[in-house]
Amino acid sequence: MSTTQQLKDFAQQVRRDIVRMVHAVNSGHPGGSLGCNEFLTVLYQDVMKHSTDFDMDGEGEDLFFLSNGHISPVFYSVLARSGYFPVEELATFRILNTRLQGHPTTHEGLPGVRMASGSLGQGMSVALGAAQAKKLNGDDRLVYTLHGDGELQEGQNWEAIMYAAGKNVDNLISTIDYNGQQIDGSTDHVMPMGDLKAKFEAFGWIVLEEEKGNDIESIQKVLAEAKSLTGNGKPVCILLQTEMGNGIDFMMHTHAWHGKAPSDAQLEDALNQNPATLGDY
Amino acid sequence: MKKYTFTEQKDTRSGFGAGLAELGRTNPNVVALCADLIGSLKMEKFIEENPERFFQIGIAEANMIGIAAGLTIGGKIPFTGTFANFSTGRVYDQIRQSVAYSDKNVKICASHAGLTLGEDGATHQILEDIGLMKMLPGMTVINTCDYNQTKAATIAIADYDGPVYLRFGRPVVPIFTPEDQKFEVGKAVQLTEGTDVTIVATGHLVWEALKASEELEAMGISAEVINIHTIKPLDEEAILKSVAKTGCIVTAEEHNIIGGLGESVSRVLVQNNLVPQEFVAVDDSFGESGTPAQLMEKYKLNDKAIVEATKKVISRK
Repeated sequence: MSTTQQLKDFAQQVRRDIVRMVHAVNSGHPGGSLGCNEFLTVLYQDVMKHSTDFDMDGEGEDLFFLSNGHISPVFYSVLARSGYFPVEELATFRILNTRLQGHPTTHEGLPGVRMASGSLGQGMSVALGAAQAKKLNGDDRLVYTLHGDGELQEGQNWEAIMYAAGKNVDNLISTIDYNGQQIDGSTDHVMPMGDLKAKFEAFGWIVLEEEKGNDIESIQKVLAEAKSLTGNGKPVCILLQTEMGNGIDFMMHTHAWHGKAPSDAQLEDALNQNPATLGDY
Repeated sequence: MKKYTFTEQKDTRSGFGAGLAELGRTNPNVVALCADLIGSLKMEKFIEENPERFFQIGIAEANMIGIAAGLTIGGKIPFTGTFANFSTGRVYDQIRQSVAYSDKNVKICASHAGLTLGEDGATHQILEDIGLMKMLPGMTVINTCDYNQTKAATIAIADYDGPVYLRFGRPVVPIFTPEDQKFEVGKAVQLTEGTDVTIVATGHLVWEALKASEELEAMGISAEVINIHTIKPLDEEAILKSVAKTGCIVTAEEHNIIGGLGESVSRVLVQNNLVPQEFVAVDDSFGESGTPAQLMEKYKLNDKAIVEATKKVISRK
């Protein structure tokens, strides 16, 4: 069990990794990566039972599926710093012959990745299959997923959301990165999604709301509550309000950094705001 | 020339159902999924005997493909069942990303392929599925010809590591392959020996090719009929060996001329031994309502069409 300070230090180092990775190849998605940093940090460092000696089937382990694959920088950094592969490999992000493809894939054999994602809306279905396999195998560990809020505009999600409740998949905790932003602007502007809590509840889910989606202790609390609600016949959803670009002042309160890399000067500024805690790769 | 006869006719989808039921008894890792077409896919027996290993997904094919991909994580071997159109075109990106690119051991089993679905018409008669599936890296594509072969293929692909598209159909067709056959993925089956023309056929067209070969024999033309049940990986060796002897080839399939078996054969010929080829396939169109026999006649997918194509290809030698 890590202390809150250790988790904060971990997340701060991940923050540095994210902007350095994206800056190095002048491409990638820093905004959403930074927004989900604390969530993934808590999940991998504090909540999930998992083994860095990677086995695809993950029997006896909690599993995580990243559906919004474009936030690969945070996923890769958290996996590397959790011990799945050498942190030095983060320097290969998005370059030719890398295992760290622009969007995550199993195809290059990167430990910690169990499905390809990037084409949106597919992750919950795959997670449902993995959750059903756990039940068949008598494995009582849980399956976690993360989805963008804009991603919920993809119809396949609602097939999966209907199935999960209809078929009582109660070993699943799906978190929505509820930042209200997508590439073309705010979700309210691009495609108003209405009352997401009411929608999930109408489909038969248990819904938890967390306003402080970048606060380590709040994330720990809501995940603990979510875990306590599993096994009761219903899937659990967390609407996690996050701040895109969190921890780097000029990347916050805008959708501008969804898929844009910082300049040299901006990188320096970002790194100055986040001194190294665990050592850069 | 070897003659083929039959005493019974059955639908190939029933062969799938029988194969799946047998897998249910012999392989505890096999699970089945269906998108509200249990009866059409003949999955009742598997479900009756293994209710805990069956997943009814409802009318949500995209979700079904994703769930199948996820079930492999945990060691299951999922067999999905729905019509060919909803197994491929409707869920192409799900198969591409969650199955093929994610290296998942999913068996996509598709009934009612092609025109012989009949009266439902073009919305359900996919003629592009072989092309769609064979273009996916790592995907194996199988199109079986009768009940026995479909049953054998269903059983065989459970032990074949990697994603497979298994295509079969709705109508009853003659059973002419052995009940005890060993199905080898990627291995063509030579049905008759001949010297004047090679006829490679897949799916329902294999029986038509055998009928055509008898009509051709009566005209003094010796046809070598090869059953290509696996379109990818294609048994190039069997094709090249045969055309080296016959010097020309007819390909026959219940599929669009673009993207099907015929074009796969053309590539092999162009790269190795450029002999004349004629195509028995749908001429880049959609289907329509009608009985299977009427449709196969109108779209020139029967023994008569194979005979005509053979005459033409021999004249080009």
